[in-house]
Amino acid sequence: MPRIIVVTSGKGGVGKTTTSASFSSGLAMRGNKTVVIDFDVGLRNLDLIMGCERRVVYDIINVINGEVSLKQALIKDKNCDNLFILPASQTRDKDALNLEGVERILNELKESFDYIVCDSPAGIESGAFTAMYFADEALVVTNPEVSSVRDSDRILGILAAKSKRAVEGQEPIKEHLLVTRYDPKRVEAGEMLSVTDIQEILRIPLIGVIPESESVLLASNSGTPAIHQEKSDVAEAYRDVVARFMGEELPMRFLTAEKAGFFKRIFGGR
Amino acid sequence: MTREESAYKIKSANLPVLVLHLNTTDMAALQSQLQSRIDQTPDYFDDAPLALGLEGIANSGVAPLFDELIAFMRTHEIRVVGAIGGSPEQREAAAHAGLALFPATPARPAGAPEPAPPPIDEVRQPELPGFETITPEMEVQASAASDEEPFAEDPRPPFSEARPTLVIDKPVRTGQRIYAKGADLVVLSIVNAGAELIADGDIHIYAPLRGRAIAGAQGNEGARIFVQRLEAELISIAGIFRVFEEGVPEEFRGKPAQVHLEGSRLVIQPLPQGN
Repeated sequence: MPRIIVVTSGKGGVGKTTTSASFSSGLAMRGNKTVVIDFDVGLRNLDLIMGCERRVVYDIINVINGEVSLKQALIKDKNCDNLFILPASQTRDKDALNLEGVERILNELKESFDYIVCDSPAGIESGAFTAMYFADEALVVTNPEVSSVRDSDRILGILAAKSKRAVEGQEPIKEHLLVTRYDPKRVEAGEMLSVTDIQEILRIPLIGVIPESESVLLASNSGTPAIHQEKSDVAEAYRDVVARFMGEELPMRFLTAEKAGFFKRIFGGR
Repeated sequence: MTREESAYKIKSANLPVLVLHLNTTDMAALQSQLQSRIDQTPDYFDDAPLALGLEGIANSGVAPLFDELIAFMRTHEIRVVGAIGGSPEQREAAAHAGLALFPATPARPAGAPEPAPPPIDEVRQPELPGFETITPEMEVQASAASDEEPFAEDPRPPFSEARPTLVIDKPVRTGQRIYAKGADLVVLSIVNAGAELIADGDIHIYAPLRGRAIAGAQGNEGARIFVQRLEAELISIAGIFRVFEEGVPEEFRGKPAQVHLEGSRLVIQPLPQGN
C-alpha cells in the first residue's frame, strides 16, 4: 500500500528539504521504491540538495499542464537506484499548482512507488497546503526554538483540520515530530528548548533528533544528501529516523552533549 | 399488548431571542438604519430569531407594516418570530402577519437600546479577526445582558435547554478557534498559546490553558471558567476581560483555578484539589 509522507514545518529554514532528501534516500537504500517531490514552485531547492539541478528538463508544472508525461519529468537519483525526483518549476507561478493536478500525479505515482515524499515549502499558503493535502503521514520538522515550535503547532492544526483525510472524516494523518539542529550543550545551558519542552507543547510522537552539524552545509554544497556523509552524526541520525519510520524500535540518540575525548581536546576538530 | 410510543413531549423552555425595540413607525428610516448596521457587520444577526418590541411605539396610534418589515428582515437573514407588547391594533396587525404575541415585559428602562454597537471605550469583547473556526462557524457577538430581555421572570440566562455541551478531546493548536454556541465547552487536551476557546456558557479545561478562554460570550454574566492549569493569555466572562501580560499571578500560575464575574470584576480562585 503506497504511503504519501509530507515533510512540513510552517517555519522556513528548519531543515525540510535537507530532511526530504535524506529521508527519501534512506527509504530507497532499504529497498523501497521512493519518489521525492518538490512543492516549492518558484523557489525550488530540492534539485540542488539532491545534486541533480543540471539534469532538470521538465518539472511538476509541465506534468500538471499535460505538456509532458510523468516519466519524462522524473529524474533518477545518482546515489540510490530506487529513488526518483520530481522537481518543482523555477520560473512558473505557484498558482500553477492545483489540487486536481497533484491528485492525478499522486495516483499515477502510486502505481509504481512504495513511498511518495512531499517536500513542502514554508508557510501555510497554497504551496504548503497542496503538499500536505493528500498526505497519509507527516514529518513535522521543528527547530528547538520558540517561533519554530509555534509554527509547527499551527501546521499541526491545519493538518488535523484541512487535509483530505480530515475533511473526509478518514483516519487522521499520522504525525511525527522531527527535531532538527539540536545542540545538547545549549540545551543543558538553558539557551535552547529541550526535546521535552517541545513535546510538551506539540504533543505528538517523536521520530528523531538531528543534531546541529557542519556536515549539513557540506552536504548541500556538494549536492549529496546528508545521509550519505559517512560517519557523520547527521547521517546516523537520519538512518535512525528511517528505521523508526519502518517500525524498528531504537533508543533516541544525540540528546546529550558528548564529552570531548582527550585527543579531540588537544587536536580539536569534529 | 404494545403501548403506542408517544410522538411528542411538551415542555416549557427559555430560549435565547434577540429583541429589536422599535422607536419609530417610520419604516423607511428603520430599514435604512438597519441596512447600514448590516453593511457594517454582515453576520451580526446571522439567522437569529428576533422579536419586535412594540412598547416604544405603543402610543403612536399607528401600526407598522409588519408584512413589509418581516420580508425586509428575511432578506437579511433575520427571522422575526414574534412581537412584544404594543397597542391592541398593533398586536392585531402583528398576529395578522403571522407573528406570535408576547406580553409586554415589565419595568423597561426608558429609551430603547440603540441598534448601533456600544462605544469602544467600554470594556468589550475583543474582536479577534483572522482565525479559523472549527465548529459552528460564527463570529462572536458582542452584546451585554441589557440588549436581551428574557421573556420570563427568571433572571438566569436561558441556556439549559439550548444545546448539548461541546467536548473537545484533541489539542487546540495556535490559531484555532472553538466556539460552543449556546452551550458549555469542555476541553480535555492542552490549549496552546494563540488558541481561542469561546462559549456562550461555561468553559472547563482539564489540561493546561495557555491561550484564551472567553465564557458567557453573549452576555451570560453567570458563566464561569474552570482550568486545570492556569497559564492563560486572556480570560473573559460576558465581555469583561483580563490579559496576563506579565503572566498569570504567581499564586495561581500553573494551578487549578476557577474564574467568575463579581459585578464587573473577574475573580480568580483556586479550584479544590482532589482529596
